[in-house]
Amino acid sequence: MANVLVNAPKTATKGQTVEIKALIMHPMETGFRAGTNGRIIPRNIIEHFTATWNGNEIFRMEFSPAIAANPFVSFFTVASETGTIAFRWTGDEGFVAEHQVAITVT
Amino acid sequence: MQRRVFIAGLAVTVLPIAAAATPETMAAAIKQVTGDAAVRPGRVTLDIPPLVENGNTVPLTVTVDSPMTEADYVKAIHVFNEKNPQPHVFDARLSPRNGKAVVGTRIKLADAQKVVAIAETSKGEFFSASADVIVTIAACIEDIT
Repeated sequence: MANVLVNAPKTATKGQTVEIKALIMHPMETGFRAGTNGRIIPRNIIEHFTATWNGNEIFRMEFSPAIAANPFVSFFTVASETGTIAFRWTGDEGFVAEHQVAITVT
Repeated sequence: MQRRVFIAGLAVTVLPIAAAATPETMAAAIKQVTGDAAVRPGRVTLDIPPLVENGNTVPLTVTVDSPMTEADYVKAIHVFNEKNPQPHVFDARLSPRNGKAVVGTRIKLADAQKVVAIAETSKGEFFSASADVIVTIAACIEDIT
């Protein structure tokens, strides 16, 4: 399991716009660099990032090799109801990482 | 003679790696997103430092001025570059659920170049902003030695 760091408020009032920040450990190897043996290091990146709120998609992003190592994403969302925000990263070499945070909406 | 062959070989092997995105390939990549629709300047703010020491992590924030209601919202934010090996940086998909059309991330830049952000609205309009960035240490194509 990859190391994930998510910063989201634990509580929010209904209708409030909250900021969510998500960081994941990943080399984001571009596939354009040569290693010490002179050979190109194969590409290994995260391609997709999605965030869902109680199963409903709230944000989606497609990465390219131009996203820095340990990809960081910040975005906003309107607090709807109490539940969980789930994050999912998928990419090359079958990479899958998931993370969930709970949020209480009053 | 052998040295010449070696240099020729070097040029051949290095060129495909060095072949970078150009302003033309960036324009083509943007065209793929926008189609024939006009891209107007304005409404988009591209927040990126003008002088970057380390091209491996460049903070970037795109803010789009939009009410983000069902009637009028930002559907997608696309970011492109001129001189990395590939013109694409990211595509973010948004909806009225986002409340604010703001996306932040960190990117790699291989050279001093122009970065372009394009916002696509639910009405099918396109707005753009661009920024010139000077990079001292390049990313993406440097080799590990």
